[in-house]
Formats: sequence, C-alpha cells, structure tokens
Amino acid sequence: MSERRFTFHRLWAIVLKEFIQMKRDRVTFAMMVGIPLLQLLMFGYAINSDPRHLPTALRCADQGPFARTFIQAMRTSDYFVIVQDTASEAEVQRLLQVGDVQFVINIPADFSRQLLRGERPSVLIEADATDPAATGPALAAVNALAGSIFNRDLPGPLAKLHGKAGPVDFRIHAHYNPENITQYNVVPGLMGVVLTMTMVIITALAITRERERGTMENLLATPVRPFEVMVGKILPYIAVGYIQVTLILIAARFLFHVPMVGSLPLLYTVALLFIGANLAVGITFSTLAQNQLQAVQMAFFFFLPSILLSGFMFPFRGMPPWAQVVGSCLPNTHFLRIVRGILLKGNGFAEITPELWPLLLFLTVAMSVGVKRYRQTLD
Amino acid sequence: MSATDLAIDVTGVTKRFGDKTVVNAIDLSVRRGEIYGFLGPNGSGKTTFIRMLCGLLTPDGGSGTCLGYDLRTQQAEIKRHVGYMTQKFSYYEDLSIRENLDFIARIYAVPDRPAAVQHSLERLGLQNRSHQLAGQLSGGWKQRLALAACLIHSPQLLLLDEPTAGVDPKARREFWDEIHQLAADGLTVLITTHYMDEAERCHRLAYLAYGNLLARGTLAEVLAAAHLTTWSVSGPGLRALAARLRGQPGVEQVVAFGTMLHVSGHDAALLDATRTAASDPDHEWKKINAGLEDVFISLMDAAKDNFA
Repeated sequence: MSERRFTFHRLWAIVLKEFIQMKRDRVTFAMMVGIPLLQLLMFGYAINSDPRHLPTALRCADQGPFARTFIQAMRTSDYFVIVQDTASEAEVQRLLQVGDVQFVINIPADFSRQLLRGERPSVLIEADATDPAATGPALAAVNALAGSIFNRDLPGPLAKLHGKAGPVDFRIHAHYNPENITQYNVVPGLMGVVLTMTMVIITALAITRERERGTMENLLATPVRPFEVMVGKILPYIAVGYIQVTLILIAARFLFHVPMVGSLPLLYTVALLFIGANLAVGITFSTLAQNQLQAVQMAFFFFLPSILLSGFMFPFRGMPPWAQVVGSCLPNTHFLRIVRGILLKGNGFAEITPELWPLLLFLTVAMSVGVKRYRQTLD
Repeated sequence: MSATDLAIDVTGVTKRFGDKTVVNAIDLSVRRGEIYGFLGPNGSGKTTFIRMLCGLLTPDGGSGTCLGYDLRTQQAEIKRHVGYMTQKFSYYEDLSIRENLDFIARIYAVPDRPAAVQHSLERLGLQNRSHQLAGQLSGGWKQRLALAACLIHSPQLLLLDEPTAGVDPKARREFWDEIHQLAADGLTVLITTHYMDEAERCHRLAYLAYGNLLARGTLAEVLAAAHLTTWSVSGPGLRALAARLRGQPGVEQVVAFGTMLHVSGHDAALLDATRTAASDPDHEWKKINAGLEDVFISLMDAAKDNFA
C-alpha cells in the first residue's frame, strides 16, 4: 500500500541523496553561492548611473578671478577631475578621440571681462558623448552650477548679473553622438557581449565533452599535440564569430542606423584578436571543468562581469576603482572601446593601440594557461 | 633472447595515485608476435599498467621499453607505433564509421589515406555500414570499429583493454580469430579480459591483483605453479555438504557447477582428511585438474589476505 502512496522516508532519501551529490559537486555549489554574491557586489557597489570624477581637459585662456572661481566650482562639483591643462587644440582633440578625457572645457580669453560687462561669456564644453549615460549627469550639473557659483563674486551693483539666464552661456558640443542616441552606444557594444557569451560557452564545452564521452583518452593516446587540439577546436569557431560580427554590423547599419565612421577592415582585423581571446578562455575553462554543466557555469561566471563591468551596460567611469581594475582585466572592456572608437569616432590604428595590447596580453595568457592545463598524459 | 625480440620489456614499473599504489613493481616481457593475456579482478591495476605502456601515464618508479622506446622519455614515439583500444568505446558517436576512421587516419598521417580507410572498412566487414553514425551501432559493431580504428596506422603493438566485454559469443570468436590472424602477421597483442576461455586462447598469461603480478607463464605453467588440488563431488544434498565444508581446514573454495561441487585447496593432505570426514557414502568424489578460474580465485583470495 505504501508503494503507491507518497511517503516521507522516500522523499527524505531523495533529499539526502541530492545534498550528498551537491556536496560532491563543489564547483556547482561554489557557483550557486558565487553568482548571487557577484551580482550583489556589482549591482550594489560597482554600478553607478551617476558617474563622477570624470577626466577633463582644460583650455583656459583667461587668468582672471572669475575663471579661477569657475574652475574651482567645477572641481568641487565632484563631476570633473582636471587631468590635463593644455592649450593645443590638436592635443585636446586627440585626448577626446583616444578616450583619455570625457570632457574638454574651453574658457575664452576675455571670460572675466565679458562677465563683468554682463555679456554672458560663452564656455564651450566638448563631451565624448558615445555613452550618453556617462556625460548626461555631469552636463546637467554644470548648468545648475552656473546659476550660483558667481553669487559671492558678484556683490552689490554687480548682483544684477544674476539674471535668470545665468551669467555664463554654456555651449555644449557633444562629440560622436550629438543626438545622445543610446543605440549608438549599445549596439556596437553588443558585438563584444554576444561574442563573449557564445564563444566562451561553445569552446568551454569542447574539451569537456571529449572527457565526458571518454573520447579524450583516445585522443591522448594518439600523437596529437595539445596545441593542435586547442587551435583545431578554436579555428572553426573563429568563422562562427565572424558571422556574428557581420550580422551585428548589418543590424547596426540598417536597423539602428549606427554611424560607421571608421574602417571596417580594421574592425574585422581587431575582432580576430578578441574572438581568439574568448575562445582561449573557453578552452581553459573546459580543461578545468569536470563535466559540461560545470563548463557552462564557468562560462556564465565569466560572462557576468563581461557584461556588467565592461562599460557595456553602465558607464565605465561611474564604477569605483576596484571595479574598474576588474573591468580592465576583461577583454570585452577593451574591445567595446575599440568598436565604439572605430564606428563612432572613426578611430584608426594609432588611436586603438592603447586598447589593443591588453587584448593581446589576455590572449597570450589565456592560451598558455589552456595549453598548460590540457594534460598530455592522464596523471 | 635479444632485446629487439621483445615488444614490451619493463622492470619494477610502479604507479601511485596519492598514497595508493595501483601498480606495484611489475616486471613484464612480451615477445614480438605474441598474444599476451592480462587477467585480474576489477581495480587490479590492469588499465593503469596499459596506460603506462602506451604513454598516457608516466610511471612513478621502474623503467623499461615499449617497442624499444623508453617509457619515460619517448612517449611520443610509443604513441605513434601503438594501437590502444580503450575499455569504454571512445570514438565519436556523432561521427559516421568512415568519418571516425578518416579522423584517426589523418591524425596519424597515414599515407594514401582514402585507400587505407577503404581497406580498413573492408577488412573488418564495415563497408556497408560506413555511413552509419557510430553512436547507433550495437556493442559488437562498435568493437569492430574500435579495432579498425586502432589498426589504421599499422601499429606494431596492440593494447586491448577488455575488448570483448558485452559482446556476444559469435562476435567474440570472430574477434579472436582476427587477433590470431594479426599476431600471425607479426603484430604483438596485449589483451585484458575476464573471460577464462579467452585467457586460454592467449600464448602467455599474467595475473594481476591489487597492483601485484601474482602469476605468469603459459596456461600449463600457471596451472602447475598454483599447486591447487580440486575435487569434483556429485550426489544428493550438495548444498548441505557445501555448507559443512566451507571454512573447514584445508578447504579454500567450494563452488557449485551445475549438479556438481568443486572443492579446492592448496594442502592436498588436509583437504583429503576434511572431505572424507564431511562426506556421505552417497557422494561420489573425483579428483580433477584445477581450472584457470579456480586458480585465479585462489590467487585473488590469497592476495586479499596479504594486501587487505
């Protein structure tokens, strides 16, 4: 009779067995704990949609007291960190293009004089607006500042200058994405995210599957070298990666009308490095994982920071320093900057070089760890 | 005998996993063209030993050569000239028979690959099934594919790890005919098995238990070296007799074979005394030659005492 009815002792037996299995499968358990922790950390601390301390270049042609007050106010606003005090127009443009600064603030020579005359001097703020989320709050803060910063410096008869329009006229020049269209930022970024997701998972399964099905022992007994196995497994997926790149570019062009200012051949060439880096990560995971499920979990573990800490979802400069360090170690972070740079800013080889060598370094490290981990013998 | 006549020549080969010694100081020499049977209970170290021979594992101790190549330093050369058939089917189930053979032939850079693949398919009678996926094959056909695949690069030594497990008797017999044909052509074969009839088809045998080599030689030599006395009993009440005999002095094994009981022990005089005391007049006792199975079980029990 109890054979047909639900019994607690059988249920309990199953529960115990599941706990034992869970205990045996340490990696799955670590992932179950690790993923929520990771998400908590990233969402709770790393992600900031109100990025501050943005690197700013200053071109100040006026030595007067009002210019100094203005600069001081920008500093105290927390949004701007003046990293470069330069006068050359060419230098300023280069800084913006490479991404070393988010803003360039141009204060004209007769700023103080015009202010005193009530002529509302113009301050030109040039912004790298590829990611509207990174520049928006800072620009809003500038406008708010303008109304109040000179109150102390314009006492008595000059108080009439506190007009409604504000004493200073801010001209904001949003470079690269003047209409602040989010898709211009997101769609090129998606290329890195999609490649990371698929490339890592596909190859993470590649060697694990061999081990799980027992074919690995056979492969090891043949004269085939570890490097041959790795590269042999990587090459077919490079082709797959290129198909994905092409599909995303077509969608970007015809569905989202993303501008493509730079050289597509350059983008395709750099994509090879990035695809290779992700495939090498996948192969490394597959030498660590005991089974295919673990391999997928590891791939997911890598994918999470790649999407959240790379500057894809949230402005990179809005993250605290530790998160920026983690983000800088991920290939996606650098690839995103390259893709956005080439497509939106028209960057050439010289401008993307600073992002190129981290990719190369990552590829080399991941590849050598993978080869080292792939054991030639079973011991 | 010169060293070049030996396909396998190893001394003191040892392998440890953690603090567990899986293969303990084994000496073994196998002549070229010989079929050498490797027997022993599950977990006795047979597979580990074979993996060391084909360069998959590095021995922790001992030394030796396989096809004249050093076990420690020339693993790459060994891999090129050895065919290894794993215990579990280890070809790609999502590839067809021809694709599997083609893959292996490419890895070994077999000259005139298409012809080699075709020849291999014909030799093993697989040509009509060449486009079937390996995963859809029955056990016997999988075994044939595995044998074809590990022969495709014309190895000099074949290491077969329980090749006939789960294969029907007819397919097993055909498999052994093929092995004898290969050996006649000069190939050396080292084969592990649990089947006594297969052990009897080997030129020489070795018995391994708990990592130790307990017996070796030809079938006759192994049987003689065991010094095992075996009696066959028939008559009524055999179950009760078996119960009375078990654990008595001199009695080491009591095994039922159909309507008969086999009683064995090493001490012939003690066994004789015990059986006379326990026997009924109805029982008919006959002294028989100890079988290979009796010998191996007695070896295994003795080994357990020593290493448990």
